[in-house]
Amino acid sequence: MSLLQVENLALHFGGLKAIDDLSFGVEKGEVFAIIGPNGAGKTSVFNVITRIFSPTEGRILFDGRDITRLPREAIAGARIARTFQNIELFEKATVLDNLLLGRHRFARGGFVAQMLRLPHVAAAERADRDAIETIINVLELSPYRTVPVSELPYGVRKIVEIGRALAIDPTLILLDEPASGLNPEETRDLSFWIEDIRADLDVTVIMVEHDMSLVADVADRVLCMNLGRVLATGTAAEVQSHPDVVAAYLGA
Amino acid sequence: MPVDFAQIVQLIVNGVAIGSIYALVAAGLVMTYKATEVLNFAHGDLLMASAFVCWGLITLAGWPFWLAAPATIAAIALLAALIDMLAMRRIVGQPQFAGVMLTIAVGFMLRGAVSLTFGPDARNLPTPWSGQTTRISGVVLTNLSFVIIAATLLVTLALFAFLGRTRIGISVQAASQNQLAAYLSGIRVKWVNSLVWAIAGALAALCGILLAPTALVDISLWHVVLKSLAALVLGGFGSIAGALVGGIGIGLIEQFAGVYMPDGVKDIVAYVILIVMLIVWPRGLLGEAHGRRV
Amino acid sequence: MRFHYETDYGDSQRLLRYAGDWIAWLALAVALLVAPFVLPRFMIGELSYIFILATASLGLMVLMGYTGQVSLGPAAFVAIGAYVHAVVLSMGVPLPLSLLGGSLATAVAGVIVGVPAIRVSGLYLAMVTMAFSIIVEHIIGRWKSVTGGHTGLPVPDAALFGYSLAGPKGFYYLCLAVLVLVFIGLVNVLRSSIGRAFEGVRDSEAAAYSLGVSVPAYKIGAFVLSSGVLGLAGGLMAHHVQHLTPEGFGLILSLELVLMVVIGGLGSLRGAILGAILIGFLPRIISMVKPLLPGASGQQFGLEIFIYGLILLLFVLFEPTGLNGRWLKLKALVTHFPLYRRDTFKRTKTYMKSERYR
Repeated sequence: MSLLQVENLALHFGGLKAIDDLSFGVEKGEVFAIIGPNGAGKTSVFNVITRIFSPTEGRILFDGRDITRLPREAIAGARIARTFQNIELFEKATVLDNLLLGRHRFARGGFVAQMLRLPHVAAAERADRDAIETIINVLELSPYRTVPVSELPYGVRKIVEIGRALAIDPTLILLDEPASGLNPEETRDLSFWIEDIRADLDVTVIMVEHDMSLVADVADRVLCMNLGRVLATGTAAEVQSHPDVVAAYLGA
Repeated sequence: MPVDFAQIVQLIVNGVAIGSIYALVAAGLVMTYKATEVLNFAHGDLLMASAFVCWGLITLAGWPFWLAAPATIAAIALLAALIDMLAMRRIVGQPQFAGVMLTIAVGFMLRGAVSLTFGPDARNLPTPWSGQTTRISGVVLTNLSFVIIAATLLVTLALFAFLGRTRIGISVQAASQNQLAAYLSGIRVKWVNSLVWAIAGALAALCGILLAPTALVDISLWHVVLKSLAALVLGGFGSIAGALVGGIGIGLIEQFAGVYMPDGVKDIVAYVILIVMLIVWPRGLLGEAHGRRV
Repeated sequence: MRFHYETDYGDSQRLLRYAGDWIAWLALAVALLVAPFVLPRFMIGELSYIFILATASLGLMVLMGYTGQVSLGPAAFVAIGAYVHAVVLSMGVPLPLSLLGGSLATAVAGVIVGVPAIRVSGLYLAMVTMAFSIIVEHIIGRWKSVTGGHTGLPVPDAALFGYSLAGPKGFYYLCLAVLVLVFIGLVNVLRSSIGRAFEGVRDSEAAAYSLGVSVPAYKIGAFVLSSGVLGLAGGLMAHHVQHLTPEGFGLILSLELVLMVVIGGLGSLRGAILGAILIGFLPRIISMVKPLLPGASGQQFGLEIFIYGLILLLFVLFEPTGLNGRWLKLKALVTHFPLYRRDTFKRTKTYMKSERYR
């Protein structure tokens, strides 16, 4: 059974069909890429999975469980993480604070316990701090720990956002255009990190991406969308040579 | 309850008259809001200051009304433009909250300056129509009401024409949506914004002169901006039409609440409407919908 | 120069890390405890009032500075706290319970305002809270049977375990104790997961949701916490004014509290207290400066409100990070001396991008 199963998904805004009868499955442990022209509905798929929108039709199964109508804040508890197309970091906070917020679902102690700073609250704080160190090491964010996010270069901020998503300890991570705005060296580093995320941290990856070389590098399977529908699925090579995909998106 | 036709007509006319004031004040708020996305909390204080200035010109300097009024309007328009040039320009790009705080600060300074200059007493503003009434088939209406309604109609038509049909008006709308793009399109954004503030100031001055005969020339005149906020919420934030609909709506509701509802409700009904509308129907009757794309 | 050197995860989380911090806070504590025996009587009363304002300011800072919810009507909550406390106290309930009762009643009011506030944000929330404040002031004035209307409600003297706290010294220590407890409680909450969640709600709701933060729950929580603290301050305020009238809790007090929070520096508890000190002492400073002014129209009110406006204007234009920002810059200057660079805190040019179409 697939880890994530999308069945007959539709998202209509009045007459506009952002997603139109979309079905696909993502297996555990694979890197799955979604490509397609702008406006194809790729980010909308992410928005529906993470419950920013409710689909007009269809359903989504995650690990056998129907998450189509889950409350928005329960997605993290279901161990699904995401990054955003336009970086949604907490600008005034440091990298550490951003990552610590990623540990929110592990928070212990109610309001009174935190107000009194009971021992188990302090212990939980130290445990959180310890947990994000692994992420800082993997993503090479050590020099930036105490730097406010607003002062960081663009490439580093993208990585911090991935780090924060990983802090949830997810089973599935959705990366929305992770390579956009990155130079070739940073993109190459990113391909290594995606591999590490999959292999070392045991996280399934779904990414929306325009950078074909990155897709060819890391993706196990690719889905091409256009106008809210599936255009083609298969390995990167298969999809890239598919005539419909070439006509709609890649060009000859 | 027996329906008293004369009383109903009286209530309607009063409601439309006071509602027109709310509408005009709200129209001034809409102008600055559309241009710089700042809700000008000092608008009511500009209104209050213009009442004092007009009073001063007539009573202390001995000017005739039809000289003092236009002079006041011009002076306050200039003051508003100065506020934009000296203060509001410097916080461009900062979040909306900074603008709100800045206008509150300017409002405080105006209130303080007027209080220091003129002292705490309330005064009367002598106008050609003060205290005069007309009788129409059993209903007594103040001439002031007619003047207010006529002025509102004229001003609203002029504003519609300006914003929709002139190049400058369209520049105003462009600059309000994306300032950087407007700059790059060759619009003189700073000049346009100051012009809008001047127009808003002129509107505030006009309202001050119209309102003063009933409400007296007093510091508390600035409170009318709170009612106009309710009007904007009712009618919808983004348009003069909304200001008009909302203003007259609030005016009528207040008048009828004063007669048909328990004592004291009239004073707060505008604020209750504000809260309820913002929760249930935030766009307002004629408003625009906005959302955030992630 | 001071170098940060951490050997343990707990190091960065410790509140007082360096000897200098310990000494400074200890000195402050001693000064505050000894003050009533050293200062003139009227000064003690003033300081008590500053402590009350500081408590209220801390409450409002949690809501506005940390959770990003604009509230232009905090005086309403102070009023509810004051009136409930006065009524409950006059029924014979002991002081601590009465204060807590006032605080709880205000927290309930916080829920009532907080629930609709979920749907409304920014400018609209500012207007809702301001309208709420006006309505509360009006209701207090009209509900004569309970509140005494405009003639007012006398407040019974404060007493704890039979020991009277009505005198200036007793009241001073009461207000100081409340301020210290509230401060420590808030510091702890704000550096834990709840505080981080508040800041997440402020900075990016979308991201906060995606990390498992229930944004509506935390918004309501912020209102409840903030109004609870404001209500507590209100209870103390009741004893300060000794005779409650609705005018004392009007829009002017609301805007004073907002001024404290904004001028102090949004997002810091230190800022809340610094702002309260500045705004709280301002009337006294103005009345001392007044005789020196030419013409002196003798208008305390006009002068006060003009100066409030001027100070707010200057801070918004030239020091948007507030008193706290200025404090941090001075601290940076001192700790990095002599390697401090003059343009460390230079701001870059920004253009207005409509917040309606973000």
